[in-house]
Amino acid sequence: MGRIKQGQVAIALVCVVLGVMLAVQFRTTQDIRSTIPYQRVEDLAQRLSQTEKERDTLVKEVEKLRKSTGNEAASQEQELIRMGAGLVALNGPGVVVTIDDSKRPAKLGDNPNLYLIHDDDILKVINELRAAGAEAIAINEQRLIATSEIRCAGPTLSVNNTHYAPPYEIRAIGETKTMENALRLRGGVVETLQFWGIQVAIKVQDNVTIPAYKGSFRFDYAKPVAGEVKQ
Amino acid sequence: MILPIVGLIVGIIIGISFPGSVPSEYAKYMSVALLASIDSVFGGLRAGTEDKFDNTVFISGFFTNALLAAGLVYIGDRLGIDLYYVALLAFGLRVFQNLAIIRRYFLKK
Repeated sequence: MGRIKQGQVAIALVCVVLGVMLAVQFRTTQDIRSTIPYQRVEDLAQRLSQTEKERDTLVKEVEKLRKSTGNEAASQEQELIRMGAGLVALNGPGVVVTIDDSKRPAKLGDNPNLYLIHDDDILKVINELRAAGAEAIAINEQRLIATSEIRCAGPTLSVNNTHYAPPYEIRAIGETKTMENALRLRGGVVETLQFWGIQVAIKVQDNVTIPAYKGSFRFDYAKPVAGEVKQ
Repeated sequence: MILPIVGLIVGIIIGISFPGSVPSEYAKYMSVALLASIDSVFGGLRAGTEDKFDNTVFISGFFTNALLAAGLVYIGDRLGIDLYYVALLAFGLRVFQNLAIIRRYFLKK
């Protein structure tokens, strides 16, 4: 110690100034910490905990409401509505109708369109099945619901906005005998189709599985009428 | 060697006992000035070890370094040049260099 002889006093004086600067800077840094960003963090944390509390109460409310609506009559009715709307996959006895284009070469001068399957052919089959009491119908994995379309889209068929090429497989759950007979009626749909060589195969099965409707429901224009309108 | 340390402690006590801090937007310049001061002190100590200490050079160097550093950073900010980091790098390097030389001096006896 004390080996640095020169300038001790000057260095000491400068060190005093340096010490003051150090202390001030230290305090400034602390002030900055305690002000803007830290306050913001605190603010955000508070908001987060508030939102979490809100969420928890809402979750509890949902649970409570679920429980209160969980009585059996309501849930049974709801299940029926869901089945009717096509939101539940169903199985049961039914028929599987497979329809394919005609293999027969078109006669000269005949309209080749007559040998192809069209939307109205499928519609006729569907209509017949419905008339025979089909409870649920699907075309190639597409459940038919209230808004399902069956429409020619070029050489393919559009069902629920999904395109399918032949062969088409129509599956229906219902009274198998009634449905089969309705289709095979003399002069009925199947006979007419077969006249043009369109291949129709009807299979009766004990267990037909019909998938649920996979899309979602959108109502951009329709709104429920406020207050029940009695008719 | 005791005198500078005593001076430093006295300075810190004065700084703590007098309330008041730099506004946060000037904290940057203050920190550069502080680094320049630290550099000057170590430079002075080093000059002392080499028996080349000059009072005027030391005192003037201390103040001009601090003020110039802060001023340059301020101008750099206005011009869109980030001289802050340049100043930090330059002074930081010198501080460590001076420290190394002082350490060698004490080790050599």
